[in-house]
Amino acid sequence: MFAYYLKLALRSLKRNVVLTVLMIAAIGVGIGASMTTVTIFRAMDGDPIPEKSSRLFAPQIDNYGPDNKKVVAGDAEHLQDQITYIDAVNLMNAKAASRQAAMYVTALPVTPPSRDLLPFQEQTRATYRDFFPMFQVPFLYGAPWSASDDEDRTYVVVISRELNDRVFGGANSVGRTLKLDNHDYRVVGVLNRWQPLPKFYDLTSSKYGEGENLFIPFSRAIENQMQGAESSNCAGYTGAPTWDGYLHSECVWIQFWAELPTVSDAARYRAFLNNYAAEQRRTGRFNWPPRTRLYDVREWLIHWHAVSDEVRILVLVAFSFLFVCLLNAMGLMLAKIMNRAADIGVRRALGASRGTIFGQCLMEAGVVGLVGGLVGLALTALGLAGVRQIVSPGTGRLTHLSPTDIGIALSLAVLATLLAGLYPTWRAAHVQPAWQLKAQ
Amino acid sequence: MLKMIHLSKAYRTEVVETYALRDFSINVREGEFVAVTGPSGSGKTTFLTIAGLLEEFSGGEYLLDGTDVRHLNDNQRSKLRNEKIGFIFQAFNLIPDLNVYDNIEVPLRYRGLGADERKRRIQESLQRVGLSARARHYPAELSGGQQQRVAIARALAGSPRLLLADEPTGNLDTQMARGVLELLEELHRDGATIVMVTHDPELAVRAQREVHIVDGQVVDLAGQPRRVAGVNAQL
Repeated sequence: MFAYYLKLALRSLKRNVVLTVLMIAAIGVGIGASMTTVTIFRAMDGDPIPEKSSRLFAPQIDNYGPDNKKVVAGDAEHLQDQITYIDAVNLMNAKAASRQAAMYVTALPVTPPSRDLLPFQEQTRATYRDFFPMFQVPFLYGAPWSASDDEDRTYVVVISRELNDRVFGGANSVGRTLKLDNHDYRVVGVLNRWQPLPKFYDLTSSKYGEGENLFIPFSRAIENQMQGAESSNCAGYTGAPTWDGYLHSECVWIQFWAELPTVSDAARYRAFLNNYAAEQRRTGRFNWPPRTRLYDVREWLIHWHAVSDEVRILVLVAFSFLFVCLLNAMGLMLAKIMNRAADIGVRRALGASRGTIFGQCLMEAGVVGLVGGLVGLALTALGLAGVRQIVSPGTGRLTHLSPTDIGIALSLAVLATLLAGLYPTWRAAHVQPAWQLKAQ
Repeated sequence: MLKMIHLSKAYRTEVVETYALRDFSINVREGEFVAVTGPSGSGKTTFLTIAGLLEEFSGGEYLLDGTDVRHLNDNQRSKLRNEKIGFIFQAFNLIPDLNVYDNIEVPLRYRGLGADERKRRIQESLQRVGLSARARHYPAELSGGQQQRVAIARALAGSPRLLLADEPTGNLDTQMARGVLELLEELHRDGATIVMVTHDPELAVRAQREVHIVDGQVVDLAGQPRRVAGVNAQL
């Protein structure tokens, strides 16, 4: 019966091409608009490290006190989103987590070994070796530097695959030397492609931007007095105008992440943070009760408003639009079915039950939904291509249709159309054959 | 075959109740060819739609081939209609976007017959009405007489126990009407039970028996002398 219903549905759709095209267009446009916004939303809202997002934590320590309300606009608790160098060093030394890494971004001039290439400036992340295993960073060649490299402030560097392609022609460059800011660094590792989006470990600059191409030991960066390339907040506190003065100021400019495998580890770390803040109070650095927070990756993204409210509203608007499109499709379907009331009457007279008519009309709705879904997919692809033209490359890279998206779009189209088709189909099933035949 | 006992059909609105059929009794035996006649609005078509299980009735009893249809649900009624009844309508009621073959196939599909069985029955019934060569034509490509023959073939394909015809020649010219009527008579000779609603006295006299309806009630003319067509035409 399925094949028969399908055959009848196709014939019926061919019978009134204009109505059919209008229905498909209504569904297609609605699906296209909603899928475009949902794809953007999902891209922005995605979990950048799903395997570990509940085990990685970013701490906050209040080093300005409850009276300082101007520190972070929008944060009701007025806690800073980065920490000071003092706290970073103390937390690193405490080793209270199974893995931990302080980090900041700087910019270094790169002098390529080939004389054909001109020197260029490159974003560089200064961090600890734990950064790589903690964030499951994949290596193409080599490995992270060692813990002793962190301690000894060794001139070592891990480079991205892109930079390796550019500077070393894609060869295994482990062991080779790269001149950064006029110092020779030994390449210990080349990353494979790695692009967590949003860039959860550092949301202070572009949330969806490119990652860094160079990674060097934090201790080396500090020793060489490499200044942070991102926001530094001193909230009115002015340190001495020297590097050492800056390091010992209350300016917050360092990101910190800790890996805490279990819930009890996280609880212990919270207690540790509070004890640490209490200790700072005892030493006279803070004169307020401890105020600390610990966020996992998901909470951190929410805290940072990684998905803007505008995008959420856009999704709502798009789905309302889809709803309006479905209402239109429903109206058209109703018109089409009422147009065929006589045929339905004949079919009833020839032995079709209400259920049979219902199934037959629902099949028609399903076919419209499926074709509408395909049209919607084409429009989504078009919409996303448009989005890629106007948004940052970071967000743009996210906005691609995966096979899952295609499945969702088609299922949504078919289900929504079936739902919209329920009323017209119900009406069709309740056509009074006697009246239709008498009317003839 | 078709037995209605004190059957009534009322249409109710908020202010008025109108009886289309009242205390309506009829008994059509197997193999009979009965003409149901009556003036416009007398309830002929209502009788036919109730007989064809297309409409429910308000009171009384209706036995179709021995089955009391009062308490059947929609599925049961549809099944019974499909198996026992063949319809022939005045307006032919072919489905315009299906060709002749597919039109005849409709009731067979609803009965759930296999493809080979459907094909056999369609070919047989097309042969019966003399339209084997037109199987792939669409209704719009056929004359009125041919369309009605297709409708008859569709009714026959399901081997129904009862043929219900509603003004089967009403939309046809004299020559075509004659052809269709001869076909019905031939079917009757072969044993079909036919109930034909008509307001045409010339047609009515061709039936074995005439049941006259006035104001929703039966006036059985079986015992009266058969009228002559010519006289009848002047009435």
